[in-house]
Order: sequence, then C-alpha cells, then structure tokens
Amino acid sequence: MSAITHHIPDAMIAAYASGNLPHQFAMVVASHISLCAECRAALGAHQAAGGAVLESTSSVALSANLKTNLMSLLDEPTVPEPVYDAKGIYPGPIMQALKGKPLRWKKLGMGVRQSLLSESESGSTRLLYIPAGQAVPDHTHNGLELTLVLQGSFSDETGRFGVGDVEIGDQDLEHTPVADAGDACICLAATDAPLQFKAFLPRLLQPLFRI
Amino acid sequence: MLHGDTILRLWFKKNGSGGDPAFGSARIYTMITVTEHKPPTRYPVGRPPTKGIHVPSKDETLSDLTIWLLAVRDQRDKVAFGKLFDFLAPRLKGFVMRNGTAAAQAEDVVQDVMLTVWRKASMFDPHKAQASAWIYQIARNRHIDVARKENRPVPDELGEDPGQEPDASQILAVEQEASKLKQALQQLQPDQRAMIEKAYLGDLSHQEISTQTGLPLGTVKSRIRLGLGRLRTELRGLR
Repeated sequence: MSAITHHIPDAMIAAYASGNLPHQFAMVVASHISLCAECRAALGAHQAAGGAVLESTSSVALSANLKTNLMSLLDEPTVPEPVYDAKGIYPGPIMQALKGKPLRWKKLGMGVRQSLLSESESGSTRLLYIPAGQAVPDHTHNGLELTLVLQGSFSDETGRFGVGDVEIGDQDLEHTPVADAGDACICLAATDAPLQFKAFLPRLLQPLFRI
Repeated sequence: MLHGDTILRLWFKKNGSGGDPAFGSARIYTMITVTEHKPPTRYPVGRPPTKGIHVPSKDETLSDLTIWLLAVRDQRDKVAFGKLFDFLAPRLKGFVMRNGTAAAQAEDVVQDVMLTVWRKASMFDPHKAQASAWIYQIARNRHIDVARKENRPVPDELGEDPGQEPDASQILAVEQEASKLKQALQQLQPDQRAMIEKAYLGDLSHQEISTQTGLPLGTVKSRIRLGLGRLRTELRGLR
C-alpha cells in the first residue's frame, strides 16, 4: 500500500464526497480509495467537512406528518441489499458494477483485451488487459481519462504506474503506455469521451471496439 | 491523541487565472489560519465508551448527534432517533432543495435518508467518522441513487479487527476535530462560507472546486493526519 505514488487530486476527492463526480470517475476514485489509506483519510476529512456544513446549514420547515409517517416505517421488514466485496485484484466498486456477473473479456488484438463495465452518454468504464511488454497505441484524449492499475504496471512518458496508482490524462496528455515486464497489466480505465488514436489502423478499429 | 495547538487551514484561490482546469497548474492561494491554544484534553480514565454497552454521557464531550446515533445503533432507541430527525431532517430538506428539487420530492429524499440512517446504524463507527459526516455521506449517496437512478460506487470497508477494544481517545479525537471544523466554518467570511457550502451541498464539479475554491477545507491537514494515523493502526491490526 505504501508503494502508491500517484493519487487522486484533492478536488476530485471533494467532488466525489459531495456526489458531484460523474459515475465513471466515481468508480475509479472509490476503487483507488479501496486500495489507498492516504486518499481514504482525505475522503474522511471531506466527509467531516461536509458533515460540519450540513450541521450548520439553514433549516427548511417540514410537512406536519413527515415525522409520524417515518416513525411508522421503522419496524417495517426490509430486504437486505446484496453486498459485493472485493475479489482478487478487483476492488468492491468493480464487483458492484458487475453485480455478481463474471467478467467478459473481448480481444482487441496484439494480446490486448478489454471488458466494458459501464457505458452511458456521460462516459464509460472498462477493464484493460495488456500483456507484459505490450504498448497501448499512442493516443490523446478528447476529455478526461482516469486509469487505475490493478495488476502489474505500465510506464509512459510521464512515469511508472504500479498497483493502486492512478494516471490522469486530459487533452494535453499524448502518451504511449507500455506494460512493464512481469505480470500482464490490468487497469480500470474511465473516460468521458472516446480516446483518439494517432495511428491509422487503431482509429479504424475504434468504432468496432468502442475503445 | 491531540495536544495543544491545532491549526486548521482553509485555502482559497485568489484572482482566477483563466480557469485552467488542468491539475498541478500554478495556483495562488490566500490562507486563513485558525490557531487554537488549548491545554491537552482529558477524558475520564477507566470508563471508555464501550461498544454496545455504555452510551457515553454528555460530560464526556461527545456531541448530541453522536450520543443519539449511538443510542439508535446500540439500543434501537426511537426517542433518540426522533431527536436526530428533529435536528437533521429540516437541514437535509434544505440541502436537497438547494439543487433544484421540489419540496415534496425533497421530503421523499429526507425520509429515505433518515430510514437508511435507522437501518444502517449498526455500521456507524465513531472511531472512524463523526455522526454528521456519516449521515452527510448517506444523504449524498441516497440522493444520487434516487435522483440519478444509479448506484453510487462506494469504497470497500476496511475489515474490523474483532478483538479490538473501543478506543475512547480515538473517538474523542474524531469528535474534537468535528467541533473545530464547525468553529472554523463560523469564522469564515460570508462569501468564503458560501463557496464552501456550494462545494459540499451544491453541485460544483471537481474542475470548479479546483479553480474556484482551491481546496475547500480539503487541507484540513490535522483531520487527514488523524484519519491516516487511525488507518495505519487499523491496518497493522489486520496483518
């Protein structure tokens, strides 16, 4: 755990705490916090701040019957929600997204595989499997991309990223991540726009694979 | 355990430099420093708040909210829950309505949040979070689940060490941080306070938090250190 060197920026943890981070990035933040004591502590601090603000915020009068209605519901039986815990290298938030279903990997060529976890107009999350020594084609980002390493490591122009590290890519980052020697690199990647590849062939394949 | 002076720092960005949302860009901050001079706090020796048996009384400096929530957790105390409701529900309604939710629908969310507090009270751990912080996160999660009809991703809970005794100093340290935060909030200028409220109760994006507020209360370093120290102890216990 102490090996984590690339963390979530504080403003992003604050936005996660206040519920203002888009779903796909919230999944990366929640997964990173599952692995990182430092960012878990930072989240605790933001929650404490949120709690203090909530306590001191102004009140709005309630309907007369709200309390009575609520008190009458306390003894109602409840169905417990399913709990999805971390499994192997996958933190709880990923298991929550899978809802107990097995991972489905799709081959992207060159040994690279992906498994789409969520997709909406606002963005997507996926798992990427990159064999040791393999490069992900040179690409830039239309929007924001967060990549969390779950197994192995990769390196690019900006540094080396091991288990628990998060790389934040925006339109200014043009990079060629290469999986390091050793275990295959498995990452959780979240984007709010499709990636743009510089090479011709991957760009042709892009709509097919939704990468 | 906290000793002597504690410094809370709130950072604000001054003179927005073109709204560049890129991280790590140069930022100019003004710093507000609140310094408190207090003797080391003492707590009763030999009578720590014990999980499941003893609800600490007020003179042990726990906040009302924590006392009520522990009574709900340990005794399923409906009177205490009623008090929690009376204090929190009107504030929660204001919180939900800030983001454009109509009054009737806001009350549905308030009811949902308070029911969740009742049902999940067993998960409240005063070593980890103050009552208001725990309820704040529930409110945020439920609001998102209901409004956006999606389940908000939440981190794995850290496993509990079953043999661990309740640690009164840790509980009181968490409580003290909460009251210091509240004091610090009260000492802010109205416009700074409005910005903090917007960040935690409103809908500022992370880019907006980054460019407009710098870090709203995020560098409450003492709170982060406290949490980190506890986590390290806890993680050692698990190994």
